[in-house]
Amino acid sequence: MRLTTEEIYSQLTEIFRDIFDDESIVLTPETTAADIDDWDSFNHINLLVATEQRFGIKFKTAELEDLKNVGHLVQLISTKKRA
Amino acid sequence: MLRDLSWLPLKTDWNAHFQAAKQKPFAEATADLLALANSRIDLIGTQKLDKYLQQNADAARDSLSSARPVRLAILSSCTTTHLIPSIRVGAFRRGVWADIYEAPYSMMTQELANPASGLHQFKPDVVLFSLDANYVAGSAGATAQSAIDDMRRLWKMAKEIPGCTVIQQTLLPVLPRVAGSNEHRFFNSPNAILSAVNSALRSAAEEDGVHLLAIDEYSSRAGVAAWHDPTLWLRAKQEIHPGIAHIYGDLLGRLLATLRGKSYKCLVLDLDNTVWGGVIGDDGLDGIVLGQGNAVGEAHVALQRYAKRLAERGIILAVCSKNDEANARLPFERHPDMVLRSGDIACFIANWQDKATNLRTIAKTLNIGLDSLVFADDNPFERNLIRQELPMVAVPELPEDAALYVDAISDGGFFEALTLTSEDLARTQQYQANAERERMKDTTTDLAGYLGSLQMELHWSPFDSVGLSRITQLINKSNQFNLTTRRYTEAEVAAMMDNPGYLTLQLRLTDRFGDNGMIAVIIGRVQPGATLDLDTWLMSCRVLGRQVEEATLNLIVACAQSLDIRHVRGTYLPTAKNGMVKDHYGRLGFQQVSGEVDGNSRWLLEVGEYAPATTFIKTVEGAIDYRRDLQPAN
Repeated sequence: MRLTTEEIYSQLTEIFRDIFDDESIVLTPETTAADIDDWDSFNHINLLVATEQRFGIKFKTAELEDLKNVGHLVQLISTKKRA
Repeated sequence: MLRDLSWLPLKTDWNAHFQAAKQKPFAEATADLLALANSRIDLIGTQKLDKYLQQNADAARDSLSSARPVRLAILSSCTTTHLIPSIRVGAFRRGVWADIYEAPYSMMTQELANPASGLHQFKPDVVLFSLDANYVAGSAGATAQSAIDDMRRLWKMAKEIPGCTVIQQTLLPVLPRVAGSNEHRFFNSPNAILSAVNSALRSAAEEDGVHLLAIDEYSSRAGVAAWHDPTLWLRAKQEIHPGIAHIYGDLLGRLLATLRGKSYKCLVLDLDNTVWGGVIGDDGLDGIVLGQGNAVGEAHVALQRYAKRLAERGIILAVCSKNDEANARLPFERHPDMVLRSGDIACFIANWQDKATNLRTIAKTLNIGLDSLVFADDNPFERNLIRQELPMVAVPELPEDAALYVDAISDGGFFEALTLTSEDLARTQQYQANAERERMKDTTTDLAGYLGSLQMELHWSPFDSVGLSRITQLINKSNQFNLTTRRYTEAEVAAMMDNPGYLTLQLRLTDRFGDNGMIAVIIGRVQPGATLDLDTWLMSCRVLGRQVEEATLNLIVACAQSLDIRHVRGTYLPTAKNGMVKDHYGRLGFQQVSGEVDGNSRWLLEVGEYAPATTFIKTVEGAIDYRRDLQPAN
């Protein structure tokens, strides 16, 4: 099932708010770990696992190595949902 | 399947409940938080709950006063940080607080050997060795013998810590095969070494007084692929997938709770559609589904076998059933396919009281705590009643398919045990003797509060062609709650539909847990003298004790008034099975007319004098699609 970029942002925002227990989080393409308190390596993995579960996708090792910001993550999800 | 906490109930509005609990002072929220922990939560829910508990750690530790907190130190060869919230929540779920120290990874020996280490400063009373497969069996030159020797050396050091219990996690079978099914012949294969270590661990742990956390066994239930993701292993050295952490935490939580003496002692079984298929009071000894030749019958036998095995290792069995006791006992005494016999049941309660009251009686009779009971019932109404009224009782969510009952109870791990004692073996007999001595005492429960929360609606309409086959089925099948036990063919029922001399009602009950299906049938005949004669009043026993009788009478009287009826007449015709409704009309305020003849009794209600009963049921008029009833609702 194809998803629009807006839909991906909306679902991703839910996941972020859930994991960081912070309803004020607003994601932009430029959001990085530096912008969110508690976004450490531990929560990073939780984010990726929750994202995989929510979207029914699987990230490759190399893809995770290259991940730079939220925009990049959304792009990756979008590509995988299209495939 | 042990991929999620499938034996715990799904709470759809979990987040709202969680937010509400957070608004309360912690001491008042403990019960809510325990209920939230005892629902089917995932990775994120577990972490949120843990975060809140950690923010209130002192209050939370104090709130679990019935068991001494555990001080758990984790010594690991790989990353375990992601498992810690789940371990704490797993212990909390069972009423035990866990303070956890995680040693820097791969520093097992150093931490143990150095008296000034974080480990020794922490003063653990439980040490868990969580060693990954690659560390133990993956390196060149590894052998099973040297791996076991290394572990025993670690155990010995840990046991020198005063009062310290040691738990060794078995190896997760993640290493690739080089040969295949006969891998064990290839002694250099890491996979073969891993298997040999897991096998040898059983006896080594036994000799050294060490407990195992058998993730090799448990991971096989959901599949190792669900437990281990090579991507995450390489990226974060997480051998155990974060998505399975809540399972891991529950497995370890069970062990910790058992170490603190918190474990369940008694399995309380419902009978109809749990121990056997069908309803003994309606279907009779020949009609219940049990035994060979029928897959459903075999599923119920499998549950009985499992219960019997639990009993053989010291779990007490009890029965809690809505039935006449004589009916309920019949299969135990006479059915050839019953595995469980009367002698296996330490406390046998079959009556028409609510089950919360009956579970209290069982606990009191057996002289054990309510928090020792596990209650297995196919009926979601009963399960939810107990969860609400007696939150300390464990109530596994039984799937609709009876074939899955055993796994649901087994996966829930309620009866975690560390050693088998001779006392265990004698326990059932001992409890049965006690039970015989005890007399039952009435207890009360806040049933009204529960009924009020159910949002029950009684939908009614006259007989119609859509409901015809289900109405006829109920008329010909219902034995217990059936005042006259008059049977009619479908053609006869259809004729009543078109006859203005009849008042007919088909009733369906819904509540917030779902639709109970068509549950009652009324046939009234309009007689001379503005009298309505109740020819038939029957009801499904599954909705007993929910004020449906009162709401039904309110409805009958309202219908009678619209027909200018002044008297409603009821009749009770006794049979071998309908003793439970002997006083039905008397309870509802009818006056008995003349004496009894052969047990038959006649009753009269003056419409003008009737004050409608107050109930928690909303009455709704309208046709409903009854075709769904062809498959009885669970």
